[in-house]
Amino acid sequence: MGETLTAATAPRDTAWTVTLVLFAVLAASFVASFLIGPAGISPGAMFAGLFDGQGAAGVIAREIRLPRAALAIVVGAALGASGAALQGLFRNPLAEPGVTGVTSSAGLGAVIALYFGLAAQSAVLLPAFAIAGALASAAILFLLSRAGAGAMALVLAGVAIASLATALTALALSMAPNPYAMTEMVRWMMGSLQDRTALDLWFAAPLVLVGVALLVSAGRGLDALTLGEEAAQSLGVNVASVRGRVVLGVALATGAATAAAGAVSFVGLVVPHVLRRFYGYQPARLILPSALGGAVLVTLADVAIRIVAPDGQLLLGVLTAMLGAPFFLWLILRYRREA
Amino acid sequence: MIAFENISAGYGTRPVLNGVSAAFVRGKVTGIVGPNGAGKTTLFRVALGLMPASGGRVTVLDKPLGEWSRETLARTVAYLPQGSDAHWPVLARELVALGRLPHRAAFAPLSVADAQAVDAAMDRADAMAFATRQMNELSAGERARVLFARALATGAPALLADEPAAYLDPAHQLRLMDLLREEAARGTAVAVTLHDLALASRHCDEVIVLSGGRAVAQGAPDVALSDSVLADVFAIAAERTADGTVVARRRL
Repeated sequence: MGETLTAATAPRDTAWTVTLVLFAVLAASFVASFLIGPAGISPGAMFAGLFDGQGAAGVIAREIRLPRAALAIVVGAALGASGAALQGLFRNPLAEPGVTGVTSSAGLGAVIALYFGLAAQSAVLLPAFAIAGALASAAILFLLSRAGAGAMALVLAGVAIASLATALTALALSMAPNPYAMTEMVRWMMGSLQDRTALDLWFAAPLVLVGVALLVSAGRGLDALTLGEEAAQSLGVNVASVRGRVVLGVALATGAATAAAGAVSFVGLVVPHVLRRFYGYQPARLILPSALGGAVLVTLADVAIRIVAPDGQLLLGVLTAMLGAPFFLWLILRYRREA
Repeated sequence: MIAFENISAGYGTRPVLNGVSAAFVRGKVTGIVGPNGAGKTTLFRVALGLMPASGGRVTVLDKPLGEWSRETLARTVAYLPQGSDAHWPVLARELVALGRLPHRAAFAPLSVADAQAVDAAMDRADAMAFATRQMNELSAGERARVLFARALATGAPALLADEPAAYLDPAHQLRLMDLLREEAARGTAVAVTLHDLALASRHCDEVIVLSGGRAVAQGAPDVALSDSVLADVFAIAAERTADGTVVARRRL
């Protein structure tokens, strides 16, 4: 008895240590994100600008750097938590928000807004269209899940939705009215936190919060799914409701994140996977740590691209994909070895 | 405890159960035997409300199944599905603790009573030795014991186990049957599907023989597993040892 207690508390200590480290790194990278930028203003002037709001430093601090740094946290948290919940739902460490088609659909919504020039009319329209796209794909998955579709059917439906959204996006690109519009769309799809405003933050943050709350509320059911769907049901878990909550939560969180930052891939895949060894394999225990880890990863990546390429030629989504894709391949190889 | 009255059920248009009447009684181990596809698992699924019966009536503690809430039923009937396994390499003890979910409020941590139930279940299933090991490090038989402990941890007055003996070595098969007997002695209604007729005849109080979706024989093992039933349902001839254990001899 005593032996099992010490053995059971040891990983919990690791989890606390890792949580503290993540918070420390997040705080440091948040400050770095606030201080680093093409304007080349000294840290002292930036802090002064933040507090008094005077002059160029004030505008940059309050309207450019701070929203950007905060948005990185929101976007990363949304992607990390979504990835953790989806991996739990599909009982597969290779799942990520992209497999639900939510990311591509949000992208399609944004591209439609850009195509028809709506994004130029009002700053709200692009994120609104992106969210609408995400919710549309979630609605399809939700109805399928209501009709009794299992996890495998949902993945296949997600792949189909993603292909359709990608095809329609390509169509919009090839029919773009002018090269400038096309550049706009392509740049948006690559994912970036450049030139985001407080409006994007106020739009995304509440939706991400609601989405992550839904995911957390499904945690207990996700844990029970470790035993399979029938055993989970016999433990009193409403599996259909768990699926519905995860699909809707991912659509809101990832949809809002995509609306704010474009397609930032692989964060939802990598973060839960890395954190699993510290927090254990129970899906519920991973959701909030993955939100934290995602926030760290996106903030760090957003700082890194500004250091590596101060001229803004390297976009956030490109960097996460460049780092994430090799990691994904390595992951597949590792699982093949273990299988 | 659980009573089936004239139950029919099927998948789509394919009928699987056809007018089955049977009962799982408290304090007894009821063995369910029958060839593949006879409807053994379907009988459990109907009892748990995992699939609807197309005809007939299921009552749990004399209350129709439809009137049970999901949560109270989960505390009353524990289920160990066939070929169940852990989908994540969680620690064995964490897996067993999932059996306490029906007793825990949302976001509530494991209480002292829960922890005791988990330890007791692992003890009884002979799984305490690997409490802090990950499920993927265990052999199939060890995992089966952990999963069995998970079903015990719920502490439900009815336990439905679908082929729990499948991955166990002979010693642990016998240990499992003893364990089921112990559970029954505590007043639990235990129902277990088995392919091994020796286990069924030797260790069960009641045997239900399913064939083609019908209960063709039921009662005490020597009555239910009569020579004519063995010949008709399983197409085998069997020998009986002194204590009545059925040993398959040859195909007919």
